[in-house]
Amino acid sequence: MTDFSVIGKPRGRVDGPAKVTGQAQFADDLHLPGMLFAKLLRSPVPHGRIKALDTSRAEALSGVVAVLTGKDLPEKYGILPVSQDEEALCTEKVRYVGDPIAAVAAVDEDTAERATELIALELEELPSYMTIEEALEKEGEPIETLRFGPNVHKAVSLEFGDVESAFAKADHTREDLFFYEGSTHLPMEQHAAVARWEPEGKVTLWSSTQTPHYVHRALAKVLGLPMNRIRVIATPVGGGFGGKSDPFNHEIVVAKLAIVTGKPVKLTLTREEVFYAHRGRHPTLMWVKTGVRKDGAITAMHFRSFLDGGAYGSYGVVSTYYTGALQTTTYKIPAYKFEGTRVYTNKPPCGPKRGHGTPQPRFAIEVHFEHLARELGMDPIDFRLKNLVEPFTYTANWLRITSCGLRECVEKVLEASGFRDKRGKLPEGRGVGFGLSAYMSGASLPVYWNDMPHSEVQLKVDRSGTVALFSGAIDIGQGSDQVLAATTAEVLGLEPEDIHLITADTDLTPIDLGSYSSRVTFMAGNAAIQAAERLRDQIAEAMAAKLDVPTDRVAFRNGRVMDAQRPEGGVSWEEACAVAEAAQGNLMSRGAYKPPELSGPYKGSGVGPSPAYSYSACVAEVTADPESGVVEVDKVWIAHDVGRSLNPTLVHGQVEGSVYMGLGEVLLEEQVFRHGLHKIPSMLEYKSPTTKDMPPIETILVETVDPEGPFGAKECGQGPLLPVIPAVANAVEDAIGARFHEIPITPEKVLSAMDKAARGEEPLIGPTSLPDYHLGEVLRVDPPDGKKVELFPMHEET
Amino acid sequence: MLRLPPFAYVAPSSVEEVVEALHTHGPDAMIVAGGTDLYPNMKRRQFEPKVLVGLANVPELRAIRGTPEAGLTVGAGATLREVSAHPVIQEHYYAVAKAAGLVSTTPLRNMGTIGGNLCVDPRCNYYDMPFPWRKAVGFCMKKDGDICLVAPGSPRCWALSSSDIAPVSLALEAKLRLIGPQGTRALEANDFYRDDGIEYLTKERDEILTEIQLPPAKGLRTTYWKLRRRGSFDFPILGVAAALTMDDGTVTRARLALGAVASRPEEVVEAREFLEGKEPTEADVHAVAEAAFELAKPLDNADGHFYWRKRMVRPYVQGALKELLRMGPPESWPREYN
Ligand SMILES: Cc1cc2nc3c(=O)[nH]c(=O)nc-3n(C[C@H](O)[C@H](O)[C@H](O)COP(=O)(O)OP(=O)(O)OC[C@H]3O[C@@H](n4cnc5c(N)ncnc54)[C@H](O)[C@@H]3O)c2cc1C
Ligand code: SF4
Repeated sequence: MTDFSVIGKPRGRVDGPAKVTGQAQFADDLHLPGMLFAKLLRSPVPHGRIKALDTSRAEALSGVVAVLTGKDLPEKYGILPVSQDEEALCTEKVRYVGDPIAAVAAVDEDTAERATELIALELEELPSYMTIEEALEKEGEPIETLRFGPNVHKAVSLEFGDVESAFAKADHTREDLFFYEGSTHLPMEQHAAVARWEPEGKVTLWSSTQTPHYVHRALAKVLGLPMNRIRVIATPVGGGFGGKSDPFNHEIVVAKLAIVTGKPVKLTLTREEVFYAHRGRHPTLMWVKTGVRKDGAITAMHFRSFLDGGAYGSYGVVSTYYTGALQTTTYKIPAYKFEGTRVYTNKPPCGPKRGHGTPQPRFAIEVHFEHLARELGMDPIDFRLKNLVEPFTYTANWLRITSCGLRECVEKVLEASGFRDKRGKLPEGRGVGFGLSAYMSGASLPVYWNDMPHSEVQLKVDRSGTVALFSGAIDIGQGSDQVLAATTAEVLGLEPEDIHLITADTDLTPIDLGSYSSRVTFMAGNAAIQAAERLRDQIAEAMAAKLDVPTDRVAFRNGRVMDAQRPEGGVSWEEACAVAEAAQGNLMSRGAYKPPELSGPYKGSGVGPSPAYSYSACVAEVTADPESGVVEVDKVWIAHDVGRSLNPTLVHGQVEGSVYMGLGEVLLEEQVFRHGLHKIPSMLEYKSPTTKDMPPIETILVETVDPEGPFGAKECGQGPLLPVIPAVANAVEDAIGARFHEIPITPEKVLSAMDKAARGEEPLIGPTSLPDYHLGEVLRVDPPDGKKVELFPMHEET
Repeated sequence: MLRLPPFAYVAPSSVEEVVEALHTHGPDAMIVAGGTDLYPNMKRRQFEPKVLVGLANVPELRAIRGTPEAGLTVGAGATLREVSAHPVIQEHYYAVAKAAGLVSTTPLRNMGTIGGNLCVDPRCNYYDMPFPWRKAVGFCMKKDGDICLVAPGSPRCWALSSSDIAPVSLALEAKLRLIGPQGTRALEANDFYRDDGIEYLTKERDEILTEIQLPPAKGLRTTYWKLRRRGSFDFPILGVAAALTMDDGTVTRARLALGAVASRPEEVVEAREFLEGKEPTEADVHAVAEAAFELAKPLDNADGHFYWRKRMVRPYVQGALKELLRMGPPESWPREYN
């Protein structure tokens, strides 16, 4: 089935008109009768103990309806079952400036805000830990002590194959240190939530969330209500990028306030508060050592990462594993050792941001390999080509690779950019750089253990022929609505606009685990295709009887159903539905997707496996001015293996958005703290690129038609960010010789590199040491040598 | 959402009524023109006026009158968009048009006025933050506190003059017209500013700035170079305004001013000495740049490392002057980043 009518065609989005005309109702647009407004009192110190908290003056203020403190919500929660360390309102300790302590609901926002100022709060300040080194080395009362020692949230040490003897076989080894400063998502829409107590004894929460199902579970836990008395509706999300994937304190607080007051309650974060909700990129300190033979073949790699986790666990355990897991999905690394350590610090919690845990190692490795190849006397591109992973193989850490267009991505991006004619040959001050990457099309495990599907879709047809599609998936701007409508329409011979979507409402829609991990197109898309195929088969059966042809000759095209051999005949879709409903009753169907069992035989193997990996390769061309230190990106070429491009308009949008975000991280955005606070929690001062700062981007789509993807598709929303950062860093080196082992590459750092060069020192900017922390135990795992790749395709057609 | 504090709004329709309203409401009142500076500041509770006297209904403030021969008079209420798109300003007072056109974003330029721009509140990243943040870091003397967080031992505030047009007004030796209860007075732009982050204007509280008078344009060449890290939104972290009056190849009058290096726009007076009365050489330009570099003392209270902001003074001054002196091809000038 390759003559698609919807799939592969560039087209607009079904949710587009409502969004561009302002009709889409975001959470903050909701106004319910009698609604109250809530505000949070937040900690002014990075680390402290609550000595006294008196809310009586706030309660006495006219217009205040309710005040909550930690005592009202003592149950802890967190996105991962292993990290239940958050409180909706702090009970004993505060852990970062911005940690919420009390909540007020009042008749309007001004009154609520004034009331928070009337709350008497006495704090005993504790020593604060603002960096990885301080967390591990500074004396004093730790933020938390788990089994890994003071302030260490997670430590892992895994060895695949005999790394020591593999290093011994190397002709050459090299070590490098890197630091990735971290960054925040900066979605346009600030988080907002509205809750209402329903007369039948239920609470409804509308929230700007990427993960309504996980919010549903957390609410049940903290509120002490059964899940069937809670309804979570995800409103259209004005950008998430991972920053709306945790259950948040403000969501729990409005739900509780609605229960306590019996009235609807709304809370919209200020921009400053969005910086406190955070869950963004972990600042990460890294060390990598690679051994290679003379011919360039990698024999072994040892990688260590230290993640600055901020005040709470969030997805941190997963983030830690991700900094190590995907090294092997780009290059063949026969023996691999990974040590990861995540520490608590007194800053807003870090979590998943687009590329979750992998931009940091990607930056490190792609820069490290440049140096390594050159030391070896090898062209850095040839070095990479020599070591690329092959399709349909297993990695040393048991990751199953299926379709893989990495080599094609590399070749195409080099050709389009003229890289080989430019590298080392452009005039002083101009340069090109290269990087490549892989990313997952959805994690193969949910965040909590269960063996049910990850995505389910229901379809139902009414007498107008309208197909209502029910899915738990939430469109966060990435285009999931369009993907669901388009895949369904393709199977049924309809247009995407013919599909009516009902999404992300826990009372109405079947499960989707959420818009994270680049999983929705792959998983919900597969579920939608299955549901559509089943609906189509029902109608085909009824129509076969009517047309008096075998079922497999019934075709669905252009809103009509006909005998494939007599396409000019047949009936309209509506008539076909009527025939089928008369014959079979209610017209409805269901589809579900659950990833195959992919984890390896070791503890920790759950993070990294995905039903398919996307691949990207990037070339950046820059102008770097040694006088001003300013680096400008002149152009970016990026090739991305998306399996199959379901809608090139959307795929290009995702790729370009990824490039944008990568450029912000490598050159502009500073996630820095001063006196224990985020230094610049504002959209004006936190310098994310504007459209005017974007260079031209040439996107090249590579299609490998993945055997398990929906119509062969893989992810495209996160992977293309990853190679951009090292490509720019490598281009800066090509332009002016300055080596960046640290990002962002700001003008003053460029100047200090140039100053170093002028003094005859190596113009290298980056960290110089690692903290002295090792996890004692190492888990040794034998690689899956010779294991045959098994495939689990879901649909015959694709 | 950050909320505006409550206030009363009066909308007089003449300059006299504005003055009267300011007088009547005393220290509780403030002028608001486009509100693009004042409203965000009020949301952060940097100002808490009880009464705002709006200028939107005073049409006389918006007029742009005069000729390049006699000099142009720009009403303080003209929007930045009107100023930047004005053909006479574009042709004869390029620096004004360019500076106005580089302020923030299109929507802000449609609302913001040139008068408001000259009066923009000096900035500091310890200060331009919401109330809870300022409370957490500790209030400073510019609002609600008594020390300076940038220079803790200092008796004064070092907030940064961040107007794009202020240094241009100095370089052009613009005259400002103020009207207050005492009547009308004219002031050199240079005398409008004080070197203090809090009391940054010599304007009395109940005086209104009504117009900006630009000099006759004969022989005048002007430019403005703005440094910021992004191509939109951002305040200047360095502004270089230059105005040369030329007679053939000879510079008869030279004025150079820096923005965003101190609490007020600063003239680099050495430019007069090094450039006037001759056909300046590359060495003269470098000498001016060096003097400007010495003058600039950026602190750690704005975007960009202060070391970098200071280093950028030299190439920016050279670039602006080379542009005006048409010294060598543009590719040979330092780059402008805006
Ligand atoms: C995101 C953002 C980016 C910005 N970027 C820039 C930038 O790049 N460059 C820049 O220069 N500015 C910038 N600004 C500041 C501001 O928008 C402009 O300076 C604008 O020109 C101010 O004009 P306004 O009419 O809006 O002033 P208002 O906000 O109305 O007033 C500002 C001040 O001037 C006083 N005032 C106004 N008019 C008069 C008058 N006629 N007489 C006496 N006092 C008066 C007011 O009382 C107030 O104190 C930015 C602001 C924001 C929010
Ligand atoms: S310079 Fe000092 S006193 Fe002035 S605003 Fe900044 S911190 Fe406050």
